[in-house]
Amino acid sequence: MWGGAGRRHSRRIATMHVALKILRYDPEKGVKPHFVDYVAEVEPTDRVLDALNYVKWHLDGSLTYRRSCAHGICGSDAMRINGRNRLACKVLVKDVRQPITVEPLLGFRVIKDLLVDMDHFFELYASIKPYLITHSPEPEKERLQSIEERERFDDTTKCILCAACTGSCPPFWGNPQFVGPAALVNAHRFIFDSRDEGAAERLEILSQRDGVWRCRTVFNCTEACPRGIKVTLAIEQIKRAILYNKV
Amino acid sequence: MYHKFDAVVVGGGGAGLMAALQLSGKVRVAVLSKLYPTRSHTGTAQGGIGAALGNLEEDHWEWHMFDTVKGSDYLADQDAVEIMCRESIDTVYELEHMGLPFSRTEDGRIAQRFFGGHTRDYGKEPVHRSCYAADRTGHMILQTLYQQCIKNEVVFFNEYRVLDLVLVDGVCQGVVALQEATGEIHTFHAKAVIFATGGYGRVYKVTSNALTFTGDGVAIAYRRGIPFEDPEFFQFHPTGIYKMGILITEGARGEGGVLRNRNGERFMERYAPTLLDLAPRDMVSRAIYTEIREGRGIDGRDFVHLDLTHLSPDLLESRLPDIMDFVRTYLGIEPSREPIPIQPTAHYAMGGIPTDVDGRVVVDERGTPMPGFYAAGECACVSVHGANRLGTNSLVDIIVFGRRAGRDAVRYVKEADLLPLPHGVEDPARDEVERLLGADGEEKVAAIRAELQEQMDINVSVMRDAVKLTTMQRRLSELRDRYQRIGLQDRGRVHNSDLTEAIELGNLLEIADAMVAGALAREESRGAHYREDFPKRDDARFLAHTLVRKSEGGVTIGYKPVSITRFQPQERKY
Repeated sequence: MWGGAGRRHSRRIATMHVALKILRYDPEKGVKPHFVDYVAEVEPTDRVLDALNYVKWHLDGSLTYRRSCAHGICGSDAMRINGRNRLACKVLVKDVRQPITVEPLLGFRVIKDLLVDMDHFFELYASIKPYLITHSPEPEKERLQSIEERERFDDTTKCILCAACTGSCPPFWGNPQFVGPAALVNAHRFIFDSRDEGAAERLEILSQRDGVWRCRTVFNCTEACPRGIKVTLAIEQIKRAILYNKV
Repeated sequence: MYHKFDAVVVGGGGAGLMAALQLSGKVRVAVLSKLYPTRSHTGTAQGGIGAALGNLEEDHWEWHMFDTVKGSDYLADQDAVEIMCRESIDTVYELEHMGLPFSRTEDGRIAQRFFGGHTRDYGKEPVHRSCYAADRTGHMILQTLYQQCIKNEVVFFNEYRVLDLVLVDGVCQGVVALQEATGEIHTFHAKAVIFATGGYGRVYKVTSNALTFTGDGVAIAYRRGIPFEDPEFFQFHPTGIYKMGILITEGARGEGGVLRNRNGERFMERYAPTLLDLAPRDMVSRAIYTEIREGRGIDGRDFVHLDLTHLSPDLLESRLPDIMDFVRTYLGIEPSREPIPIQPTAHYAMGGIPTDVDGRVVVDERGTPMPGFYAAGECACVSVHGANRLGTNSLVDIIVFGRRAGRDAVRYVKEADLLPLPHGVEDPARDEVERLLGADGEEKVAAIRAELQEQMDINVSVMRDAVKLTTMQRRLSELRDRYQRIGLQDRGRVHNSDLTEAIELGNLLEIADAMVAGALAREESRGAHYREDFPKRDDARFLAHTLVRKSEGGVTIGYKPVSITRFQPQERKY
């Protein structure tokens, strides 16, 4: 974008080739899911998402996946990269072993290539009443909350609903009615918010059959979270809140 | 398929959800989004939402208004800015009541920080006005509004891509959309339509904007004869991560970060002696550009440094956690020890669909509203940002005017009638989809888009002149011809993103055309629009909003007056 001196001095960074193995599936073609190999030309600083874009834009326009912000905030591009759930926009190609194996998230119905059905995931999220519940009248200005009170649920406010955690959860794979770690993270976000008065009704929902007790403390969710949320810890805090009836 | 609602909101970001919340429970409303709403670009906003709460020091909405008007280089409509700065206070409290987890002050109130161009007492020194939740303010706004929509049982049509506006005798009566999961065309028949479709930064290569920010709503309205207001004003944010364009919030400078050139000099001292690194974005971006052009980029190259190394690691982790994460992830450097390579990044469209202060789309120089059609947020031009938006004011805009548009639409749908739809309203959209699905030309969408973005970076960037702009016009004409000869590889109906990328490219080409036309006609420098061949602001000729209209074989340009109430235009110094 620069004219003048900047442009003359700018250096071209050498590109590199990366090998990808992408699990392809097209519901309109009647062929079972199968791996296809590609070689993408990228820069070492590029993300796996850039490599997928290279394939789509230069090799095969039919490759299908979701993406939007491309820097780890919108949560669109969670997928299995070399067997781990990651955001494609948050993994640099130079940091992963080749060929880079790319597959859709487990536990969700695959619609096409890397794109899975997210409707059920958002229904599970909605089921835990993910909104502030209050009965007291609103003050004229803000509700007061101390820095310490705010800190108690800071970690779980970071959730971007990408489903990397829920898609890594063995109990969820076995039972898609389990609310799953993402919904639990968001329940935590409200249960431990000093302004919220809905903990009892939320804990009631979470103590039911497909609630928090389905969690087997596998820790996959914590490892998968691209936001670094301590998911298992949040879930343990919910379990304790139910057991001791105390938030 | 046919659907009937009282109101349809297009776009699931902050403006759209805020509008939907006003409508829900009162009338039948649906939100259509080409994404899932939580993927919307509002979520990437970092540093804060401006409101004169005065939680840390004295502040007044009049000061906020003055800063916004001055920041806009006196092109913002002052009646609208006054409404925005007054109502921002109340809307921030409303967000807090909805549950938004703001960062807090020692006494438990909403925390506020410095931000570019926000001052106390009409320009004296920086003021704590930006209400923030760490560097995730947009994320918290988007999540909170979506949560409220769940609570209010708002009906969503996710991954429905709007392709066309239904107009019956000059009255808006709905939209036509593509359901991405099936490829089916749907008609949404409604008395009111609110576009909250976001901006179009993907017209550039180096941008902070999402891949999905392709100006769809603006292009759809523009094709339907609605003018495009102030398209030449596009903001370049000073601090994008070098080459990637990923945003580093102005809040980083609000917390004490400084810009340095190759000599380690804090060069903003020469450009804005009072506000320094917290001068408005247009000025800081031009300063960086000048440093680079004069050979003072780092190692003589095309970037400078954002230096946070003198700030305490604890402060960086608590106030700017995501920024730390971005820099570590994408650059592999430790921002508490090393400076960050940055360059200006295409960030925000000041222009868009012209509206009045109630979000009603206005179609001419006299401000005549089109019944039933609303727009809010970045796709709209009220205009509260004029020639240059201040940091934090985009979030203020979406919340205040999303709310106002929603409220006015409630009033409107209770009074208005649903008109019968003529036959074949979906035909133009359906025909275009079929044409693209059958397209087997030799040109590639990705190649045309890449060339558009590169050429826009070169020719319609921070510094412009007639030679660059006319070059871009020629390039655009070639690119449009090539677009007519594209071929798709995916012919399927289910989630055909080969198709939807082609549709988006068509929208970007439309947008670029208007941007260049507006920029060429405006022979002055104002805010983000800097013409090296006309380096001075020219109020006699150009204290006016541009209205670009699509016409047979090109565009026509008109102008409409700026609302000036409290603050007479002055020379802009910081």
